[in-house]
Order: sequence, then structure tokens, then C-alpha cells
Amino acid sequence: MFIESIKMSWQNISNNKMRSFLTTLGIIIGVTAIISLITIVQGLQTEITSQFAELGAGKIAVQAHGTPLKQGLSDNDMENISKIENVAGVSPNLTFISSAVKDGIVLENVPVEGKNHTFFRYNPKLVSRGRPFNILDMESKNKICIINYAVSQKLFFGEDPIGQTMQIGGTTYEVKGVINEDATSDVMSLMSGTGSDYRIIIPYTTAMGMAGIGSITSFEIYVADTDRTDEVIDETESILNQTFNFKDDSYRIINLDSLLDTMNTMNDMMTAVLAGIASIALLVGGIGIMNMMLVSVSERTTEIGLRKALGAEPVSIQIQFLIESIFLSLLGGFLGLVLGLTISYVACIAIGMTFRISYLAIFLGVGFSAAVGIIFGWAPARKASLLNPIDALRSL
Amino acid sequence: MRKEILSMQNIVKAYQMGDEEQIVLKGINLKVYEGEFISVLGPSGSGKSTLMNIIGCLDIPTSGTYILGGRNISNLTEKQLARIRNKEIGFVFQSFQLLPRLTALENVELPLIYARVSPSKRRKRAEELLIKVGLEDKMYHKPTQLSGGQQQRVAIARALANHPTLLLADEPTGALDQKTGKQVMKLFEELNNEGHTIIMITHDSNIAKHARRIVKILDGNLVEGVVENVY
Ligand SMILES: Nc1ncnc2c1ncn2[C@@H]1O[C@H](COP(=O)(O)OP(=O)(O)OP(=O)(O)O)[C@@H](O)[C@H]1O
Ligand SMILES: [Mg+2]
Repeated sequence: MFIESIKMSWQNISNNKMRSFLTTLGIIIGVTAIISLITIVQGLQTEITSQFAELGAGKIAVQAHGTPLKQGLSDNDMENISKIENVAGVSPNLTFISSAVKDGIVLENVPVEGKNHTFFRYNPKLVSRGRPFNILDMESKNKICIINYAVSQKLFFGEDPIGQTMQIGGTTYEVKGVINEDATSDVMSLMSGTGSDYRIIIPYTTAMGMAGIGSITSFEIYVADTDRTDEVIDETESILNQTFNFKDDSYRIINLDSLLDTMNTMNDMMTAVLAGIASIALLVGGIGIMNMMLVSVSERTTEIGLRKALGAEPVSIQIQFLIESIFLSLLGGFLGLVLGLTISYVACIAIGMTFRISYLAIFLGVGFSAAVGIIFGWAPARKASLLNPIDALRSL
Repeated sequence: MRKEILSMQNIVKAYQMGDEEQIVLKGINLKVYEGEFISVLGPSGSGKSTLMNIIGCLDIPTSGTYILGGRNISNLTEKQLARIRNKEIGFVFQSFQLLPRLTALENVELPLIYARVSPSKRRKRAEELLIKVGLEDKMYHKPTQLSGGQQQRVAIARALANHPTLLLADEPTGALDQKTGKQVMKLFEELNNEGHTIIMITHDSNIAKHARRIVKILDGNLVEGVVENVY
């Protein structure tokens, strides 16, 4: 009986191919939109989250410009902060622009970062060849540097830079390591946005000794237990308040974990809004289905009457029409699914993102179209089931 | 004594047209026994189809008692009525009423589907019936590929599908020429000889003569006609 209904639905749909296709167009568009939006937004979200986890998990960024009287922090202040409970380490950010020279080749406007050994401990994959800085480099303010691939290409083309020397701002430094080619920039340097291809890192103690830099205005705190990040922030705030005499705007603390949370929330909201807009297409599609089903019912009035005369119960008639409308919208849903996945696949490749099939999207696409079929097929099917067989037969 | 198939007592059917009431059937009394072949004669608009719809449980009388197979029809639910139409009554219509997209075989299978007969049994029964009405070589034809007489024979096969106790035919020859009409009437006679109870509506007294009992509807009342010698 059920199988017969499905067969009959299929016959009716394939007998009206063009009409059926046009009717399902709304569903196709709606499902396509929902699937591609969700897949792309979710892909972006995963991408952002994984980048953040790589760059900023368990990290608090502090910018401490200080007051006119006390600009930035001293080594001593940093020492105090690193002693806060649950702090695993502190890493200052010193960035200045300088020039790099080797055998007459000059690179201007190269961002030079001063970092400590803690920074390398928390970015273990950063240095791909050579060695990172250790605590001895900090204490003895060694004139050593770690350069990235772009700098190496320019200054040491075709040679191994490690162990060689170069000038940074007129001072001679020995190259100790090379930065991993596909290492993403640190979140903070991403945010400060130097936009340079070049990158040189020197010990922060060495950088502090250079002209113009007397104190630390930016640093990162590595938290051991990320569940208690808030306590660390509170402690840091109280130390900074004391250091800067409770002056407003003397510092800023950015919790990267909460930043990620915020971004994820924003993403979720965006998904919801876009899905909401897409469901309008679905709604329109549903109305299209309803319209077609109503037409179909009135076209087949005699058939319905005859079926009733032959012994079809109202329920059988209702089920038959309901199956037809579900079938129709599932067909649209399936086409939308294929189309949506294709679009998101192409979009992912275009953006340079890895394509992941979102099961949520598939579930929503198929679920929504089935629901549309049931909801908008209900009334026409009920109308058919309530037709008076005599009136129906008389109409011929 | 022959088994009583149906009995109607004082059946009234009225239609409300605006605030005017039209009484089509004004108190019909009728008893039908197993094996009868009855013709219902009457001028156009006299209420023949109305009566047949009531007999076939497609319509409910305004008042009166209709007993079919021992059950009072007015006490039954829509679902029970559907089951009666499916199993106990076979309809044959003037315009055949075959579904155009289905083959002859599939059309005959329809009542069997609603009787929840399994696909293989269904097919077997439908083939049997089409052979019986002489269409063994037209089983896979669509209605449009069949002549009027052939279509009506498919419809008769369909009406017989669930071994109904009563065959109802509303002007079964109305859309056929005289020759094919006679062939169809011959089929009805054969079916009656096999024991099928038949009620046939017609306004053609020549066709009515094929029946063994003739009733006439005049002014909303039913009168027994003369049983003329046919054979
Ligand atoms: N649904 C309805 N509403 C109102 N009046 C109706 C309805 N159905 C039938 N009638 C009226 O009932 C009367 C009898 O109709 P019916 O179809 O039974 O006649 P009939 O004897 O079968 O005629 P014919 O030989 O032309 O088929 C007609 O006058 C018709 O107008
Ligand atoms: Mg009539």
C-alpha cells in the first residue's frame, strides 16, 4: 500500500516533469543556500578556532603603555607578574623597525622582534633549523638572531645562513636559526600588522639595550591552567594598577581565549541569521509545493472520487498525497544538497580552506525539506481525503 | 428461500438548493435478493443515480432505513463504508472511469490494492478477471489504446475484483454503440447466470429487457415494472 503510494507519486511527478521541477525550485534554492552557508561558515569557524588554538590558547596579551611618568614596565615588573600563581611564563614583545645588511645587500624597514626564551618554549615549532634562544642568551644579551625564510633568501641566497653574521641597525649579529617556512605569525604581530614579509627575532634583553627602547610596553602571559585565566587577569590588573598608580588607560589586557569565544559567538549568530534568511526561500518553496498539490488535487478530483468508490479510505488518499508532496520536497532537498555541497566545495577551494562536509548542514537540508513537504502537503492532502466521492465522480 | 442482500425502507433523499428543498427520492422501498438482475428505469433527472449512490454506500439517505448485508448503513463510519464499497460492491460507470495512466491490468488491481492483497496474488487475480472478460491479449494496454467496449469490460473486471455481493452499473452501455452495448449486456447476463447479483440503471427499455426484474422511478417513487419475456 505504502509502496503503491510511492510508485503513484513517482508516476505523477515524472508525468509533470517541468511543473514538478519549477515547483521544487524554491526548495532547491533554500536548501542550497542553507547547506552552502552552513558548510562555509562552519569551515571558517573551524579554521579560525584551529589557528587561534595554535596561536593564542592559554595566552593573555597585555599592552602596558603606562603613564607619562612611568612608560611601560621594567624587567622587575615582569618578574613580579611571572610570580603570579598559575602563570607558566611571561614573554615580552618588543618590536622596532630596522635595517638588515649582509655583504652590501640592504633590507630596509624590517620588523625586528625582541623575544625571550619563554616565547620559544611556547612556540616550539617556530624554529625549523638552528636553535631557539635560551635563558643564557637573555642574561648575556647575546648579539644573535633568528631570521625567516624571506630574509634568508634575500641575504643568504643559496647559502646556509646558520652561523653566518649580518648587520641589524649597524650592529653585527650571528644567525642562530631559521623560522619555519609555514609558521603563522604570532597573533600580536598579526594584530599590530606590520605587513612585512621579513621577520627577524633577537633576544629581548639585547633589544632593550638598543636605542629608544627602555621598557616593555607589550607582553604575553602564558597561563598554566586555562580554567583559572580570570584569576591571573585579576592579579595582573592589581599589579599593573599599583605600578601605574591606578591611572586610566595605562594598560590593556586581552584574553585571547575570550576573544575566540566572542568570535565563535559572532560566527554562530551569523550562521543563524543567514540560515534564517535561507529559510525564507524554503518557506516560499513550501508555498510553491502547496500550490502544486492543490492544483494536483483539483486536477485529480475524479480520480480521487473513483478511488473512494473502489474502497480507498480517506486516510489512504491523504497518505498518497502527503507522500507525493514529501517526495517532491525531498527531491528538491536532495538536489539542493548536491548543489549546496558543490558550491561550498568550490568556495572552500577558492578561499583556500579545507572542505569538510557538515553533517549538521545535511541533516538540516534533508530535515527541512521533509518538514516542508509534510507541513505544506498536509492541507491539500486533507482536502483530497475529504472530497465527496459523488461530487468528484459527477465532475466528469 | 433466497438470501436478502439489501432492503430499503422509506428512503428519502432531499437536496437543499439555497432555501429551496428538492426531494429527489420520496420514500423508496426495495428488497433485493441474491442472484437477481434488476433494471432501474426512469427519465433523466428522476433520481436513478441518486438511488444507486445510496445503494453503493457513496451517499447517505436523508431519512429511511437502508440495510445492506444485515447492517444498518447509517450506523457505520466512513472507514467501514469504504470497506463495504471495496469488498461488497462493484461499480460500473457510464464513462468507464479507468485511470488513464495505468494499464488494464493495473486498473483491475486497484480495488485489490485497497483490500491489501499481496502484489503476486493481485496480479494473478487481475489476469484471471481480464481473461474472463475476454481481454487476455490487452492486459498491458492503456485505456486510450482500447475501444469503448473493451474499456467497459476492463471496468467490469475491476468491479468483480474482490468478489462483490452486488454489482452496480449506472448506464453501462450509455457511451457505447448498439453492437458493443449488446456484447456488454451479454457479459452481464453471463455474470448473472454465474450467480452475481446485478442492479443496472438505464433509461433505455431495450437494454432494460435484459434484466429479469424491472423497477421504475417515477416522481421520486419506485414502482415495480412488468417482467417482460426477454429470452
Ligand atoms: N449534489 C446535488 N445537489 C443538488 N441537487 C442534486 C445533486 N445531485 C443530484 N441532484 C438533483 O437530483 C436529481 C436527480 O439526479 P440524478 O443524477 O439521480 O438523476 P438521474 O435519474 O440519474 O438522471 P440521468 O438519467 O440524467 O442520469 C436531479 O434533479 C439533480 O439536479
Ligand atoms: Mg444518472
